[in-house]
Amino acid sequence: MDQFAYPKYRYRKPPELAGGAARTYPVAVVGAGPVGLTVAIDLARRGVPVTLLDAEDTVSEGSRAICWSKRTLEIWQRLGVAAPMMEKGITWNRGRVFHRAGPLYDFDLQPEGGQQFPAFINLQQYYVEAHLCAAAAATPGLDLRWRSRVTQVAPGADSVRVMVQTPDGTYPLDCAWLVAADGVRSTVRRALGLDFAGQVFEDRFLIADVRMKADFPTERWFWFDPPFHGGKSTLLHRQADDVWRIDFQLGWDADPEEERKPGRVIPRLRAMLGEKAAFELEWTSVYTFQCRRLERFRHGRVVFAGDSAHVVSPFGARGGNGGVQDADNLAWKLAAVLRGEAPEALVDSYDAERVKAADENLRNSTRSTDFITPKNAASQAFRDAVLSLARTHPFARALVNSGRLSLPAVEEPSPLHTPDLPGAFAPAMRPGSPAANAPLADGNHAVWLLDRLDGAGFAALCFVATDDDRARAAAALAAVPRAAAVTIAPNGVAGALRDAEGLAFRRYDARPGTVYLLRPDQHVAARWRRPDAPALAAALGRALGAR
Amino acid sequence: MTALKDTLNIAAPDEFYAELVALHRGLTEEQSRLVNAKLILLLANQLGDLDVLRQAMRTAREGVD
Ligand SMILES: Cc1cc2nc3c(=O)[nH]c(=O)nc-3n(C[C@H](O)[C@H](O)[C@H](O)COP(=O)(O)OP(=O)(O)OC[C@H]3O[C@@H](n4cnc5c(N)ncnc54)[C@H](O)[C@@H]3O)c2cc1C
Repeated sequence: MDQFAYPKYRYRKPPELAGGAARTYPVAVVGAGPVGLTVAIDLARRGVPVTLLDAEDTVSEGSRAICWSKRTLEIWQRLGVAAPMMEKGITWNRGRVFHRAGPLYDFDLQPEGGQQFPAFINLQQYYVEAHLCAAAAATPGLDLRWRSRVTQVAPGADSVRVMVQTPDGTYPLDCAWLVAADGVRSTVRRALGLDFAGQVFEDRFLIADVRMKADFPTERWFWFDPPFHGGKSTLLHRQADDVWRIDFQLGWDADPEEERKPGRVIPRLRAMLGEKAAFELEWTSVYTFQCRRLERFRHGRVVFAGDSAHVVSPFGARGGNGGVQDADNLAWKLAAVLRGEAPEALVDSYDAERVKAADENLRNSTRSTDFITPKNAASQAFRDAVLSLARTHPFARALVNSGRLSLPAVEEPSPLHTPDLPGAFAPAMRPGSPAANAPLADGNHAVWLLDRLDGAGFAALCFVATDDDRARAAAALAAVPRAAAVTIAPNGVAGALRDAEGLAFRRYDARPGTVYLLRPDQHVAARWRRPDAPALAAALGRALGAR
Repeated sequence: MTALKDTLNIAAPDEFYAELVALHRGLTEEQSRLVNAKLILLLANQLGDLDVLRQAMRTAREGVD
């Protein structure tokens, strides 16, 4: 059986402590978790040199995040790191909800075919970080400094100084922008004295990672009030290496130290898995969950991303996935500002968009937690009523809330987007939405739409049916040479990708002549039935923060 | 006869549920019962159709004994 071996990454004496001259770096990122690694790789691939500082010299210890969403996989695909995740991860789309001894209903998060990625993969956070670290090490312009703990932060008007503690001593590092991805206990947030407002849920959960050969299907299984764990809830997920994640709700009165001891955990597992089940305990911990966020994510030249900016309860897998979307949103904006292509105000749109997205994640995970842990007799009664109706009355299933699983935010309203003309399009792919994927053909090769967006800059998706349409789109696009054109046609139009199944046209509500302007993070900036050059130029200017 | 709706008819179910639960925040159990009873009467009056209300009452009672 495969087992993860914790890497030990090499610390190198930083140039500052080896007699090198002090300099101001364009961007320093604090924290090499999933979010800091993603933003650093993205920035470096956009040509911005990045210094990534992490206090430790290995990946996340023990078991934390396991569910990574389709959108996260698309972002990692753009960065060239999705393949090893897909290979190692456990793919799933379906879930099942149980009440007491029996099943209530099944659900499918991705019923429609023609998908490059599943709704989710399950992969232990240590694997995710190890793959990201390998990608980071292979990315030119990315200087990843281990055992480099930021201890102090001095923000200036157009730069930030941090003090970095290493085995060879402490040194000051100056950067034009500081990205704080240093997690829920963020040193940077504390150094700036920022309030992290929100609530702690009065409940405790035991997280047990168990190694076993089991024949549960690769689905998310959630039990309300199962006979093996009376009165409380249980969640089961399969992870890589025959490791299974089991979450037991314990209640607020549980003693966290006692409950994580094998003597307490093993009987719970036996009750669930059967007296004869063969398993090995790999990791246990007891958590209390909280929902909090910073009021603003940008503070001058310091920008917060991931858990340093917001934390949610894990029901819905919105923490890590939301943070990776922060990284996706931030990297191209910082790169455009640093290259002088956009005003600094572009970074304010990160704040506007991602604060809203964080609120959506907080709202969803709070509602799930409230359903799983009813706060009073009235909400307990409603929950019991919903559960007792759900088996036979489909409407009630929509009210059962065992977690609303992470979906990418539609970044709206946003100063960067050009609104649709009234009635021009169906709402689904409106400005702010992440670009839908679709299977296409390039000659005889099957390709995916998103893989054809080069990721470096803006893109214009042009839907055509004839050579004439194509020529007209090309004329309009001459106004925006920075947007790389990707042309899609139902059938043989020379130089166009072929939408044989019609899925691209359908997902984009496209007709011949339709054009979508996509941001470098693949979110829709604007769309038209038949744009002219001035409209395209204006929309591009707006998407780069022009006022 | 109009049949009781069995499939989802609430546009924003999570929002509805959150507000329903929030309605009871800070109330005693007795107060909650009163609020629920008033709510049922208001909704029943809105619905009007006694056939539908009977079906709903029967469904609600099923399995509770
Ligand atoms: C039980 C549990 C289950 C979860 N399940 C999921 C899930 O299924 N899906 C999901 O998406 N999310 C899940 N989450 C949430 C997810 O783990 C976090 O949202 C995610 O780790 C946040 O990533 P991050 O990079 O922002 O922060 P972190 O992962 O916390 O990384 C912060 C990094 O900063 C470094 N650091 C800290 N301080 C300093 C300093 N002063 N100087 C330098 N470096 C520093 C740390 O060493 C660390 O590497 C779960 C969380 C828990 C607890």
